[in-house]
Amino acid sequence: MSMPLLSLITFLPLAAAVLLIFFPKDRKRLLYGFALGVTVAVFAASLILYFGFDSAAAGPQFVERTAWLGFGIQYHVGVDGISLFLVLLTTFLLPLVLLSSWSYIRERIKEYLIFMLLLETGILGVFLSLNLFLFYVFWEAALIPMYFLIGIWGGKRRVYATMKFVLFTMAGSLLMLAAIFTLSSLFFKATGTYSLNVFDQARMVLNPRLQTWLFLAFGLAFAIKVPMFPFHTWLPDAHVEAPTGASILLAAVLLKMGSYGFLRFAIPLFPDAVERFLPVLSVLCLIGIIYGGLMALIQKDIKSLVAYSSVSHMGLVMLAVFSLNVEGTLGAIYQMLNHGLSTGALFLAVGILYERAHTRLIRDFGGVSKQMPVFSAFFLIAVLSSAGLPGLNGFIGEITCLYGVFAANKVYAALAVTTLILGAAYLLWMFQRVMQGPVTNEKILSFPDMSWREIACFAPIVVLMFWMGIAPRAFTGKMDASVTAYVHRIKGRERVFVQKAVPSPVSFRLDAEERLPR
Amino acid sequence: MRDLFWLIPFPPAASALALILFGRFLSRKWVTIQACGSVLVSFLLSIFSFAGLFGSAGESLPWIKILSPWIKAGAFGADFGFQFDPLSAVMVLVVTGVGLLIHVYSVGYMAHDKGYTRYFAYLNLFMFAMLLLVLASNMVLMFVGWEGVGLCSYLLIGFWFERKSASAAGKKAFIVNRIGDAGFLLGLLFLLTIVGSSDFTAINGAVRGGTIGGGLATLIALLLFVGATGKSAQIPLYIWLPDAMEGPTPVSALIHAATMVTAGVYMVARLNVLFGASGSAGDVVAIIGAATAVFAATMALTQNDIKRVLAYSTISQLGYMFLGCGVGAYAAGVFHLATHAFFKSLLFLSAGSVIHALSGEQDMRKMGGLRKYLPRTYPPFLVGAIAISGVPFLSGFFSKDAILTSAFAQGKTILWALGLAGAIMTAFYMFRLIFMTFHGPERISEEAKSHLHESPKVMTVPLAILAVFSIIAGYVGLPAILGEKADLFRRFLAPVISPAAEARALSIGAEGLLILASAGAAFLGIFVAYLFYIRSPHLPQALADRLPFVHKLLYNKYYVDEAVGAVVIRPLIRGSDLVYSGFDLKVIDGAINGSAAAAGFFGKALSFLQTGFVKDYAFAFLLGVALILGVFLF
Amino acid sequence: MTVPAGYFFVLSLVLFVLGIVAFFVKRDLISQFMAIEVMLNSANLAFLALARQAHFADAQVVVFFIITVAAAEAAIGLAIVLVIFRRRKSIRTADLNSLKG
Repeated sequence: MSMPLLSLITFLPLAAAVLLIFFPKDRKRLLYGFALGVTVAVFAASLILYFGFDSAAAGPQFVERTAWLGFGIQYHVGVDGISLFLVLLTTFLLPLVLLSSWSYIRERIKEYLIFMLLLETGILGVFLSLNLFLFYVFWEAALIPMYFLIGIWGGKRRVYATMKFVLFTMAGSLLMLAAIFTLSSLFFKATGTYSLNVFDQARMVLNPRLQTWLFLAFGLAFAIKVPMFPFHTWLPDAHVEAPTGASILLAAVLLKMGSYGFLRFAIPLFPDAVERFLPVLSVLCLIGIIYGGLMALIQKDIKSLVAYSSVSHMGLVMLAVFSLNVEGTLGAIYQMLNHGLSTGALFLAVGILYERAHTRLIRDFGGVSKQMPVFSAFFLIAVLSSAGLPGLNGFIGEITCLYGVFAANKVYAALAVTTLILGAAYLLWMFQRVMQGPVTNEKILSFPDMSWREIACFAPIVVLMFWMGIAPRAFTGKMDASVTAYVHRIKGRERVFVQKAVPSPVSFRLDAEERLPR
Repeated sequence: MRDLFWLIPFPPAASALALILFGRFLSRKWVTIQACGSVLVSFLLSIFSFAGLFGSAGESLPWIKILSPWIKAGAFGADFGFQFDPLSAVMVLVVTGVGLLIHVYSVGYMAHDKGYTRYFAYLNLFMFAMLLLVLASNMVLMFVGWEGVGLCSYLLIGFWFERKSASAAGKKAFIVNRIGDAGFLLGLLFLLTIVGSSDFTAINGAVRGGTIGGGLATLIALLLFVGATGKSAQIPLYIWLPDAMEGPTPVSALIHAATMVTAGVYMVARLNVLFGASGSAGDVVAIIGAATAVFAATMALTQNDIKRVLAYSTISQLGYMFLGCGVGAYAAGVFHLATHAFFKSLLFLSAGSVIHALSGEQDMRKMGGLRKYLPRTYPPFLVGAIAISGVPFLSGFFSKDAILTSAFAQGKTILWALGLAGAIMTAFYMFRLIFMTFHGPERISEEAKSHLHESPKVMTVPLAILAVFSIIAGYVGLPAILGEKADLFRRFLAPVISPAAEARALSIGAEGLLILASAGAAFLGIFVAYLFYIRSPHLPQALADRLPFVHKLLYNKYYVDEAVGAVVIRPLIRGSDLVYSGFDLKVIDGAINGSAAAAGFFGKALSFLQTGFVKDYAFAFLLGVALILGVFLF
Repeated sequence: MTVPAGYFFVLSLVLFVLGIVAFFVKRDLISQFMAIEVMLNSANLAFLALARQAHFADAQVVVFFIITVAAAEAAIGLAIVLVIFRRRKSIRTADLNSLKG
């Protein structure tokens, strides 16, 4: 390991943010140029990850590990097939998000850019951390910039929305912190050493009752973030109030932190508890799919429509995660990326509309296609991608997810396919009311079509949508080994059953050749 | 030729891509050449491949070409693979042949439209998706084409999206199709998990090998058939097709008559081994088909919009195809698909010519006597009407008769009788259309009359070609009464259709009677139409007055759209609204805001302890220390 | 001659109690502040006595810490008192209750 690539990727935005403090605040071009340059550089660096990634290896790669605070708290980062594309998605979207903010953000540009860069560091840290404590630090750190982004640049009810957003997520993560400390002490009791490394922790076999409580603590934090029904109500509020750029990142990446948390932590650490809660969780997911779809159908604000569509889509993702098989997990990760692209694109489109009309209510629009044909094409592609049309990315994710769910439980799959119908219904109905029909509002006649800058934001996402729809193996190929190993770890674990009289809270096997690093 | 068949879908794809990306830089002439030329290339490739099938006797069928692996996730996988066999050949020839003629026709029809380039981009895209559908070697890729044609249908129905009705119709078509697709996808998932692959050869192998059979086969077949009812507009998902007439008329001809809507029939025929393995799935298909054939025909009886008559007619004819497949006569079903593609697209295009001539008028009550104004449209229109009515010696007669005969031979006498009743109605409403449009007194508005003109050659020549095919296409599938080898079409398809699924033979006498019955039905329908609309034109009104309830019911299409709105859509929206305001905002957010308010309340309540005086705090501090010390010491 | 450690402890205790009493009796911030200093130093005394008796150097280190902290506290505390006086023209604790909930 010659270059600390992951640290570079993670902390370059942070360093840039610090540097930005010293920039003059009214030189818009300079500020944007610098921030854009940095995010593009981060993306370029993350591409090295993609090309250097060994798709045959299941374990984490590009690992960096140094002592930090002691007591098992290490700076330990690495990327594997599960996190690789989430990292890439983040670094890919950030420059586009900044570019899309050019005309939307009119005041406090410098601060806006600083918070965006801080947010990138936070998110990347979450996806790269292999140490529970480090993960927690980044998890919370990502929350703070988002709080400011919505709170300062948001809409009218931004204070309510940010409070709700922060309190929801904080409530979840507080319990998670307690659970992390519990795990740490349990591990010490079992082995006499401290480790918060997720892979070490996953080898600890906890008794099911303990697992249940710890899982609930972790699961709550993640479920709120996803968000799973019934913890979803913060999402529409946050989205409606957030500026376009923050909305894109919130939907495209921040929500993935929740589903990623399940994949990386909650499920591998507490497999017995997951198994026990599987029916409840799956039913919640199914409710989320249908409920989110129905709620999206009747929203009057385009943004909250897209927000509820996220609830629905993430419901499918989580359902696939809980199918606990290779296809479902792979599909879930793929669908996470798809959802990131399609929902990001949808929010981008809504932002473009909002900049022209200064409203997001569906009834204020009508016949926009006539005035903005290029935009109409992009918007339609985003809509179709979100609706899972074959040929675009959404389809591959959806069908793979459904395959996994179907293989695990046919009834769940039968209920989950309603997403196909509902997704088409709410998206196309919205598209019809906003973009088609006669022009209802004189203001629409003065809308200019997309500018080159807006096309530059949108086009890369669209290209990627087609690419992921036509050549999915460029992506799934890299995930395969890690996902397969993940599923084998869960399926092939040592099972502990309640009825077996094992009173000790922790039992731990240490094989001679598998000694833990001290 | 073996190696080239997989190229068939790609010329239109390339053309569509070019038109979408660079269309604004291309001249109208170039757009025309490119759009039509690409389909011509596909058509030529299809002919070569078709010819190749004959030269390759003994070679194993189907030809398979795997371009590259596509999806791979654990046990789930699918390839970019194409296959070619007689069934694909028939479909490909129909799609590219009719498609080519409709492309050419569109050059004239859309000549004055601002969206000329966009139109041809969509049309080319449709050709690609449709060819992908019929050439895919596995069901996942087929599903891509399946949804792709749905997308193009959505785009083309809503082509004039400034019209609210057009955009609503497009959306409706897509969503209703999605309902079917959900069922289709479930069936596909069953196949994928059980067979471990969605290749048609693997599926057939699994069914033949007994992996899938009995109830499971029925379940899968019926789930897939749900998809077919959506795409091919059968009961109960037919409701989108009449609305789809909002699209340009050539689109109605290509997508909503000749090709896309037959995808369901193609799928059932393609999976005939599976449908045959299930005892009752075929019955369901046949019953739905026959019911749709009659039900849609009754609705066509009273419509006044020329395109809507044809739309209900299409639904009805698709019902016949399913009836054929359902009783095991897959070859007959596909045969009807092919002949129907000719005469129905002919009818639509002729209707388009009429509409074009009348500057967009579609109401038959405002036509009449057009025969002398449209001398080059009338004959082909008449040929199409005769063909679809089942008058002997034209294509529709042979294919419809083959289906009805098979139904009868299978002992499904009721279905046969339904089909026959439908045939009478078909002849009636088609000739009602002809008489109202071309005969009788002129009821044309002055405005339309001043612009009245025959369509240009680019539109009428395709009509003539289609008319020729509508006459002769039937002769490749002559009835068995003329000898064992008369049915060339069935023999051609034999390698694809599992022989056990075919109908058993009837005696010559019985078959002769059936043929006479079919022919009689056609003539009866035509005669009644003549009676009603030429001899004594007051009769329809008199009949409507005598049976007001029936007339109202038919005229309003059994109020199905209204019922769907009242029973499904509005309750769904209103219920969601209630849940949103009642549950999401009140219960969940109420709980959240309530707990926030509760925290605030307790904070207020306890705030009396917070006096703000340092000494009070210090005193509390002292008390605390004393307390702790006390615990430790005592 | 050595003084027994107990004497130091008694002295420390007396100082500490004096500090507490002074804190509650006095009404101005400066005096209360001085009372706190007395308490801190009584604690220092106890630490040092312990260190000498047990020959234990750690306690002396703690004393250094306390002295440092006390110094910092004095610097900031007095500054705060000054600011309060400037604003309120009073440093009587009875006048200061803006932290009331």
